[in-house]
Amino acid sequence: MVDQQNIQNTVRDFIQKNFIFDTSNALADDESLLGTGVIDSTGVLELIGYLEEKFQMTFEDSELVSENFDSILKITAFLQKKLEK
Amino acid sequence: MSKPQNWLKIETTSEIEKIVKVIHHQVKTVLRKKGAVIAVSGGIDSSVCAALCTKALGKENILALSLPERDSSSDSIRLGQQLAELLEIKLYKEDITPILKGAKCYELQLEAIRQIFPEYGEGWKLKVTLPSILENDRLNLSHLTVQGPTGIQKSSRMPFHAYLQLIAATNLKQRTRKMTEYLYADRFNYAVCGTPNRLEYDQGFFVKLGDGSADFKPIAHLYKSQVYQLAEALGIPEEIRKRQPTTETFSLPQTQEEFYFSLPYEQMDICLYGFNHNIPSSETAQAAQLTSEQVERVYKDIEKKRRITLGLHLPPLLIESVDEINDLIQSAIRQSKEV
Repeated sequence: MVDQQNIQNTVRDFIQKNFIFDTSNALADDESLLGTGVIDSTGVLELIGYLEEKFQMTFEDSELVSENFDSILKITAFLQKKLEK
Repeated sequence: MSKPQNWLKIETTSEIEKIVKVIHHQVKTVLRKKGAVIAVSGGIDSSVCAALCTKALGKENILALSLPERDSSSDSIRLGQQLAELLEIKLYKEDITPILKGAKCYELQLEAIRQIFPEYGEGWKLKVTLPSILENDRLNLSHLTVQGPTGIQKSSRMPFHAYLQLIAATNLKQRTRKMTEYLYADRFNYAVCGTPNRLEYDQGFFVKLGDGSADFKPIAHLYKSQVYQLAEALGIPEEIRKRQPTTETFSLPQTQEEFYFSLPYEQMDICLYGFNHNIPSSETAQAAQLTSEQVERVYKDIEKKRRITLGLHLPPLLIESVDEINDLIQSAIRQSKEV
């Protein structure tokens, strides 16, 4: 069983550190990252590279959809599912 | 709302008259320059700008620059020459390859590409592409496509650092071109004409201190389809008008659609117009021959690109405003529109 809270914290920490430059604004776990511009297309490349390296996995092109990456919760759920496979 | 096909239709004679008058006023009165420098790429935008400037300032006061580099297509040079002959304007050709070599442009590009395709080398070509925005909900991730000497193409998603390095190196091309344009502008006391159309200007499809820099931008208010209408009215050669808009950046032929807009310009124009005029997505969908869902996606992407590229439009930010200079700038901007 993969520790969901651990994944969520890792994802949140990375996003908070790299994309939330205004630290007074806390990011909600269900907040849209792509729609609200928290992460732009260059940021998505950075995030994906980090997650692939951190969790030792490769994402297929078909998995690279906003449904899997649009919020901390969605990323966590996607990673958890992938790790449990 | 009028019929969709009329959304972007303009009255070309009066539009040309208006632009010509404003260019003359901006260059002579506001900028106080003798003429204009225009880099010609053999594309529709620079050709239309060159023709408009020639009408506005006289052929003897225009300098067209052809600025090819190692990866430029021979078509760009040939069509630029053809245009200069047609307009009877001076054309200087400067190969910028040696400057780019000195600035390590190709070296940095090669290093970035080899992180993904180690076999890349002599005789290979490349381009950077985005997936179509219409396909599905796919993330807008850049892919590197390379073609070996045998003609076989391979494509791979770009890792973050390789992508940044490749784009940074490639932006040197636009910046070197602009630096050269200003070299000639200074030599002849001319102004530099920027050639973005509205799609490019609005969506931030330009390089800061590269093709984004200019003293005036005479077609930045026109949708790309409207630039084509002007081109026809101005008698721009058919070969230029029929040419696919390219980025003129990478060694493999690459459309602007593949690299940035993710949609053909005709459809992008209609979507941008629809978005700007608060037209419901269903109506825009009909005009652009897309589905409402696709138009919604494009609307969101337009808004997102505007937000992301805002920094390209901003002047350097100051800690405190210098009102004396701000007032002068605002006054010049007001004056530039009062013809």
